[in-house]
Amino acid sequence: MRDDLFCRCRDVAISWGKTAQRTANLMIGQPDYDAYVRHAASRHPDDPPMDRTAFFRLHEARRFGAGGGGFRCC
Amino acid sequence: MGKARTYLVFGALALIGAVSFGVVALNRGESVNAIWLVTAALCTYVVAYRFYARFIATKVLRLDALRPTPAVRRDDGLDYVPTPRNVLFGHHFAAIAGAGPLVGPVLAAQMGYLPGVIWILVGAVVAGAVQDMMVLFMSTRRDGKSLGDMIRNEMGPIPGVIAQIGVLMIMVIILAVLALVVVKALAESPWGAFTVAATIPIAIFMGLYTRYLRPGRVGEVSLIGVVLLVLAIIGGGHVATHPTLGPAFTLTGPTLAVAMMAYGFVASVIPVWLLLAPRDYLSTFLKIGAIAGLAVGILIVRPHIQMPAVTPFIDGTGPVFAGALFPFLFITIACGAVSGFHALISSGTTPKLLENESQIPLIGYGAMLCESFVAVMALIAATVLDPAVYFSMNSPVAVIGKDAASAAAAVAQWGFHIMPGELEQIARDVGEHSILSRAGGAPTLAVGMAHILSSVIGGKAMMAFWYHFAILFEALFILTTVDAGTRVCRFMVQDLLGLAVPKMRETQSWTANVAATALTVGLWGYFLYTGVVDPLGGINSLWPLFGIANQMLAAVALILGTVVLFKMKQQRYAWVTAVPTVWLLICTLTAGLQKLFHPDVRVGFLAHARQYQAALSDDRVLGPAKTAADMHRVIVNDYVNSALTAGFLFVVVVVTLYGVGACLKALRADGPTVREIPEAAHA
Repeated sequence: MRDDLFCRCRDVAISWGKTAQRTANLMIGQPDYDAYVRHAASRHPDDPPMDRTAFFRLHEARRFGAGGGGFRCC
Repeated sequence: MGKARTYLVFGALALIGAVSFGVVALNRGESVNAIWLVTAALCTYVVAYRFYARFIATKVLRLDALRPTPAVRRDDGLDYVPTPRNVLFGHHFAAIAGAGPLVGPVLAAQMGYLPGVIWILVGAVVAGAVQDMMVLFMSTRRDGKSLGDMIRNEMGPIPGVIAQIGVLMIMVIILAVLALVVVKALAESPWGAFTVAATIPIAIFMGLYTRYLRPGRVGEVSLIGVVLLVLAIIGGGHVATHPTLGPAFTLTGPTLAVAMMAYGFVASVIPVWLLLAPRDYLSTFLKIGAIAGLAVGILIVRPHIQMPAVTPFIDGTGPVFAGALFPFLFITIACGAVSGFHALISSGTTPKLLENESQIPLIGYGAMLCESFVAVMALIAATVLDPAVYFSMNSPVAVIGKDAASAAAAVAQWGFHIMPGELEQIARDVGEHSILSRAGGAPTLAVGMAHILSSVIGGKAMMAFWYHFAILFEALFILTTVDAGTRVCRFMVQDLLGLAVPKMRETQSWTANVAATALTVGLWGYFLYTGVVDPLGGINSLWPLFGIANQMLAAVALILGTVVLFKMKQQRYAWVTAVPTVWLLICTLTAGLQKLFHPDVRVGFLAHARQYQAALSDDRVLGPAKTAADMHRVIVNDYVNSALTAGFLFVVVVVTLYGVGACLKALRADGPTVREIPEAAHA
């Protein structure tokens, strides 16, 4: 019974941590890499997905590129 | 049963809010605890969100949870990604939260806390949050199109182009005024100048780290960055007292302005991963952390508000900014109540990430309420200071003189008493030579934050640390906005110049890049420099220009919203956007016309130019100008500012006329004429 509670708390903490991490990443213009991999696997199963570094660099360049989301409010 | 409970709970909240408001508004004579303000604000937000946002969602916009959003329809794992609502809320809030809601309320505090807090709450609930939500809705129904594209599609090509040029003008003013805030905060402050300068090597180190050492590890490198920043703040204290380094980092306003321009140019030309991106990480996380820290600090310390509810300066004689309560209070607060710039964010990346239309109220309306709360906290931080300190910090040298004795004498005439020694003691507490005439909002906010945060951690001994932490956090994210904004402007300039010279369009071309960046930096640099050398402190004339520009953009976005409601055949609810539009038009047109034609030389640009012209023809030299050439420059500046104001007025009047035309046309049509992506258009 106590194990159950512990596990549940741990799971909740882990999922909150993941959400916080995903939020922090998106705040600086980095979408979720895992979501991209899932998307790539389901829609383009024949092409290998970008690796983490390439994915990171792509979004880094885009954020401050023409029409990117790097614009911040005043 | 459920309904009865809802009304009971929210009725109680409304009552608590009303009582808090009553305490805040009616209390006279003794100081009010800031907690009353916080409670009034939070209750207002909760009730507005539960009822007004829901009303807009169900009745006005008729949001459809079953209608696929662009993120769902075009899911590509890169640009269009369905994102959980909490994650998207954080992203959106981080994108809209900027320096505006921190600086505006601090300046507006010269009229007392009450006018400011009323507009921050009412403005956010009926105008700002409505605008953000409306634009997010419109962009979501149009595949994430930008504001400019939507104006072109729904209102025609001419208002589209005019609005786009308007946005470019507004960007220039924003970059200039934000840069001016930083210059004002760092001038003659070796500690501040050192810590902000230190962010450059820190960011470059972080850039190299994420590029070569551990690619993409933003979390750990940001942590390292924050530790280095704290060390830089501590080091800054030693630098300031160092016999050779101290004077080396004691920079004048003009020097800092030139340095900012050079830096802005370099930062936006070199590869983004080296400087711009890593500084963006630092500033984003620091911003969120500092805002959260301030909220916790206010709740723990529960400071008392020292500023009177309303000061005599509502008549427009105040030293911080010129102009009467109407319209200049509304122009000055700007972003904390309604910000046109949010329309650019709400039609940027956010609609491409939205999972479901039903989340539009949370993201659009909710995030703006948070922004409004940031403005309330900034107002609290400014008003918990002794009013004598507040006015000594925010009045120009021309009004209060150069030393503590003259400042204390000047503010005593306004009824606020302080000993000159106390002013000097506060300067020593925060590790500065002087706190007098530090207009621009940032230093005042920093003293207020240091006051609150040092009561939580560290006491008086940590006051200087917290002050410089607050300065660093503001300077850092303003500088990131300036660099990123310079890049955005550069692309806009390239786009516009490309109409004449196609080669300018090539964003990869080194020549086009350098030319467009130099032009952009030159434009905002001009306004920055004239602001820095302005005897009244620059903020005095530039902040209202910025406010007018920002509120006009909001009016344009709300006009588009009204047009779209008419075209949806929802005109019986068009008042939701039309009422704030009309108010913003009244405010901005009045303010714009006053800035042009007001007979008071402190308010009207043309009257000021005439005064100098008259002096020049009598061979007199008016201070601070020292020569006839200076006088000419002052006159030219006045005409440039007048032309810019006239430009803003032209943009908003033309867009309004086109908007009215589009509404009338939609009214005559038999059915809806909006250009949304059809409901049935699945991938």
